[in-house]
Amino acid sequence: MSEPPSDVLYGVEHLHLSLPDLTRKPLLGPAPRIHILNDLSFTIRRGEVMGIVGGSGSGKSTLGRALVRLLEPTGGHVRFDGTDITHLGEGELRPLRRRFQMIFQDPMSSLNPRRTVGAIIEAPLALHGFDDIARRSAEALDQVGLPRSFARRFPHELSGGQRQRVGIARAIAMRPDFILADEIVSGLDVSSQAQVLNLLEGLVKDLGLTLAFISHDLSVIRRLCQRILVLHRGVIVEEAPSDQLFAAPQAEYTKELLAAIPLPDLDQVWA
Amino acid sequence: MTDRPFLEISQLTARLKGSGTPLLRSVDLAVPAGSVHGLVGESGAGKSMIGKAILGILPRSVEVATGAIRLDGTDLQSLPPAERRTRVGALTALIPQDPLTALNPSRRIGPQITDRLVDILGWDRARAVDRARQLLAEVQLPDPDRILRSYPHELSGGQRQRILIAAAFAAEPRLIIADEPTTALDVTVQKQILRLIREMQERHGTAMLFVTHDLGVVSKVCQSLSVLYAGKIVESARVEDFFRAPAHTYSRALLAASPRYTDPHGSLMPVPDEVMQAVRAEVAAFDEGRAAHV
Repeated sequence: MSEPPSDVLYGVEHLHLSLPDLTRKPLLGPAPRIHILNDLSFTIRRGEVMGIVGGSGSGKSTLGRALVRLLEPTGGHVRFDGTDITHLGEGELRPLRRRFQMIFQDPMSSLNPRRTVGAIIEAPLALHGFDDIARRSAEALDQVGLPRSFARRFPHELSGGQRQRVGIARAIAMRPDFILADEIVSGLDVSSQAQVLNLLEGLVKDLGLTLAFISHDLSVIRRLCQRILVLHRGVIVEEAPSDQLFAAPQAEYTKELLAAIPLPDLDQVWA
Repeated sequence: MTDRPFLEISQLTARLKGSGTPLLRSVDLAVPAGSVHGLVGESGAGKSMIGKAILGILPRSVEVATGAIRLDGTDLQSLPPAERRTRVGALTALIPQDPLTALNPSRRIGPQITDRLVDILGWDRARAVDRARQLLAEVQLPDPDRILRSYPHELSGGQRQRILIAAAFAAEPRLIIADEPTTALDVTVQKQILRLIREMQERHGTAMLFVTHDLGVVSKVCQSLSVLYAGKIVESARVEDFFRAPAHTYSRALLAASPRYTDPHGSLMPVPDEVMQAVRAEVAAFDEGRAAHV
């Protein structure tokens, strides 16, 4: 690390990302590009829980994937802990990958159905050359509140909430600095939603994690996040501390989103 | 409009063939004509199962053991299968959850709306196409003629769901079963679609069974609701009473677990273990009680 440690973990400047639109590719010549992210600039501070909210197609998942470099940006810069990772090659990224982990939306398709929970948590530990793998995986299970005996079970033997805990265990076992959580509670029942959110809230505090939490649900975001980015069609339309955003939303789109949420409350003016 | 409920389900019990695992436990339900009743519960609670039992599209592995499903006074379970199908086809319709899988990707929209009118209800094709055009206008889709010629992939999720709503209302059914019709949609589109469903339902005076896991949605579209756990109704109430004070502890916990951005500390509460144990014990006691009677 060339720079002294600052309180900024992620620095994003003028981030652009476009992909070729193969549905409109002419027979000869390059496909026209779809611009998914347009000139995004923001920072994520150490220890912060940042919410990223937007409708489908707003680019929130693409942004997340650019942060953990599952996608390579077409322009601008992404700095992780002082290192510019925008165009780093896979070899240079590998030592950094341990430090930014991801939890996926659908735990059924992000956990290998043929492997036990233990093997799922241990595989990335082995790849990154950790010692004492069995102990680390058992501890990760403890931390997400699953009995250690679950290490011998297969994903299909677990409930949705338990599977999502395995996804969290796999991420935290790596002792990362940063976790990207992409819509991780939207497939869960309300009762398990609350449990998984509480768990994540506790882990962020205990392990000193920095978290980017992507969701379409502003109610869930408010519960967890200190700061919120609102994305609409690949552009940041609003960035504000959580309380401020809910007390006085500035962007038209934020207002529209808030007004559309059906609250379980008969007094809400909704129609 | 009469006081007699249009849909009346009594003591409906369904189970898995072979193992006999109960899936619906003596469900009682009544939906008056022109009224919207919500079915709420977590995944696996059996809320969609009730809709499927009415429509007669239960999976092969599930059988209805006992109970009556009355549509406009006639018990469907007592009818021979062919007659049951005709009756259900004429009186009911379904708005499914996923507008993409519910539409055939290789056929144009037009015939997908009109086939049912022509093949099942015996309309002539020209009249059916007129009706489809008129309904597409009613669900506020611009340029109905273009839509009728389109394939599903050419349309957005919201447009596809509008088409399914139009298709559901096409034959003027008396009862519509809406199975999580907005779960796949963005919250802003969800609002438009829910308002549309409610407007259409009011205009046509259709009874509706609205399956959802979202109590927020229930508070916006339903007049009454039932809360299910493990195929058993733990509480049925009018919406005004329910949201003021849910009677059952499980319903209370479910309401407290629902997200509500206006109240970050009083919502999204985990369901306490005692509540889960209590409701499981209630279901177990019910099963024992039934076993004792047999």
